[in-house]
Amino acid sequence: MTTTLNIDKDLALDLYSKMLLIRRFEEETERLYRRGKIGGFLHTYIGEEAIAVGAIPVLREDDYVIGHYRDHGHALARGLDPKLAMAELCGKSTGLSGGKGGSMHLFDAEKHFMGGHAIVGGQLPLAVGIALGIKLKKLDSVVMCFFGDGAVNEGEFHEAMNLASLWKLPIVFMLENNLYGMGTQVNRSRAGGPDIYKAAEPYLIPAVQIDGMNLIEVRDTVIEGVEKVRRDQTPIFIESMAYRFHGHSVADPSNYRDNEEVEENRSRDPIEIFKQNLFSANLATNEEISNIDEAIDNQIDDIRDFAESSPEPEEIELYSHIYAQPEKESNNE
Amino acid sequence: MSEMILRDAMSKALREALDQDDRVFLMGEDIGAYGGAYAVTKGFLEEYGEERVRDTPISESVFVGAGAGAAMIGMRPIIEVMTINFTLVAIDQIVNHAAKLSYMSNGQFQVPLILRTVTGGGGQLAATHSQSFENWYASVPGLRVVVPSTPYDALGLFRASRKDNNPVIFAEHAMLYRVRGEVPDEYYEIPLGKARISKEGSDVTLIAYSGMVKVAEEAAEMFYKNNISAEVIDLRTLSPLDLETLVNSVKKTSRAVVIEETWKTGGFSGTIASDLQEAAFDYLDGPVLRINGPDVPAPYAKNLEQLMIPKASWIFDQVKYNFGL
Repeated sequence: MTTTLNIDKDLALDLYSKMLLIRRFEEETERLYRRGKIGGFLHTYIGEEAIAVGAIPVLREDDYVIGHYRDHGHALARGLDPKLAMAELCGKSTGLSGGKGGSMHLFDAEKHFMGGHAIVGGQLPLAVGIALGIKLKKLDSVVMCFFGDGAVNEGEFHEAMNLASLWKLPIVFMLENNLYGMGTQVNRSRAGGPDIYKAAEPYLIPAVQIDGMNLIEVRDTVIEGVEKVRRDQTPIFIESMAYRFHGHSVADPSNYRDNEEVEENRSRDPIEIFKQNLFSANLATNEEISNIDEAIDNQIDDIRDFAESSPEPEEIELYSHIYAQPEKESNNE
Repeated sequence: MSEMILRDAMSKALREALDQDDRVFLMGEDIGAYGGAYAVTKGFLEEYGEERVRDTPISESVFVGAGAGAAMIGMRPIIEVMTINFTLVAIDQIVNHAAKLSYMSNGQFQVPLILRTVTGGGGQLAATHSQSFENWYASVPGLRVVVPSTPYDALGLFRASRKDNNPVIFAEHAMLYRVRGEVPDEYYEIPLGKARISKEGSDVTLIAYSGMVKVAEEAAEMFYKNNISAEVIDLRTLSPLDLETLVNSVKKTSRAVVIEETWKTGGFSGTIASDLQEAAFDYLDGPVLRINGPDVPAPYAKNLEQLMIPKASWIFDQVKYNFGL
């Protein structure tokens, strides 16, 4: 049976490529981590790719993306150069931030990628400020702010929701509910129950809950949502139900959840679901899919080689950019 | 030349910012309809409107973070946190975010944010409302910390802060708002990181900032009457710190005292004493003295509170005792 999807073939294959790039990129990061090439914390997005790829490509170049420390997927979906991202993870001078931010803090000013932020909930006030800046500059850009279920119990979440609604700021609050704040299940951390989108109601922010494993559902919801935010200059809230297939970080053996639950969720792989959608809608052939798979495998080799062969930062870089340079003499006098 | 109180110098500084730069907006608790808890922004809402003079909810974390976010995309927010005690509620945004964005992004983002706040004790506001945390912020790379003690400095340092592209903690001492001083009509700036020698002397260097400058000057008067010549240095900014001016003074006087209102443990006076001993040990005739408030929470009772704010007599007695002058 043929179904119809609200996307054309080129876009469909592009979105599939993006999801797969994120998946393969992160599988490579896990290998590099085990080989000691990546240090610190490494939080993969594996299993949640449909959210970033369903949502971020909907945005315009002049919109803004900001999120949390599980940020590789958001960064690649926004079109950040995967070589530079991998070099950043490897602590190399060619990295997005010259190796000074690492996995949890990816930034790209040109792409309006305003950072992975690693203090849970800390990006929400920043998102409010970016949206306020947009409003004061009288632009029609929007801010898409990602955060997890762990962040909703932070005071900053509630402060940000309140101010965004009170001041009518153009923010898409993108909650990625993967059911666990690190190892603590939502039901053990939130008095208000598992439907977190209801937390937006007291702030008069329209909210929906969707299946975050289904790219098409994410994309259709975000298209409508972004249009509303841009038109009305008010925030909305989208809760995407998700599951991370791997541990909180590479160091996490996931003892707090049972194998049955993990396996059941893994059987709903968002990449497989999207691939089946494409086949059903006659938007892709087996051959096209295997060509993409092969191209991405080759791309990953290039990405890894670039990162591994890049030089470490010069020692002098320890001291650079702690402070910004003063503003050029202007008309302030 | 006009004479004005420090509060009016700050109002003038903020008006200038709003008049000259349309990227500037003010945001904070009760700065608009109420006119500011310390009346610095009285009349601003009527003059500039609610887009640029924004009353916020009592939500320090989000409005400080929002300042940083707006600054990331090229605005130049000036935020008022009613007192420095309340900045602790927003310290995540100040220390983990605003201070780190330039470094973590390798200079891709800048945070030209001025966070004005009110510091210090002496108003019988007890333990939660009488603290001075500018020394804490001065220990964080990525932040500037400005601590004016006169109307002239307040205006000149604020102008320089506006040109700085970093988050600036601009701490105004509650007890200094009514201090009067000369302020030139013509434009001037005071660069960040340049201390001021408020009184020249040759026997002992008294180093102070914010509310303690006046106390050090009073001590210098006492020394003068006893034929001791004290040099008084006002740091003006803790970050950047003008160590050079301090070292040059110590080379001349061979004795140094650092006077600071906040607790001795962890006080900035410790950093200065240590820096001076490293940089000018051979010139010193004795240890660098530290005169701080004692390590107690601020009490409410007036007589008790006064026991924890350094006085000129403390400086005088300590110098006489330790240096045998």
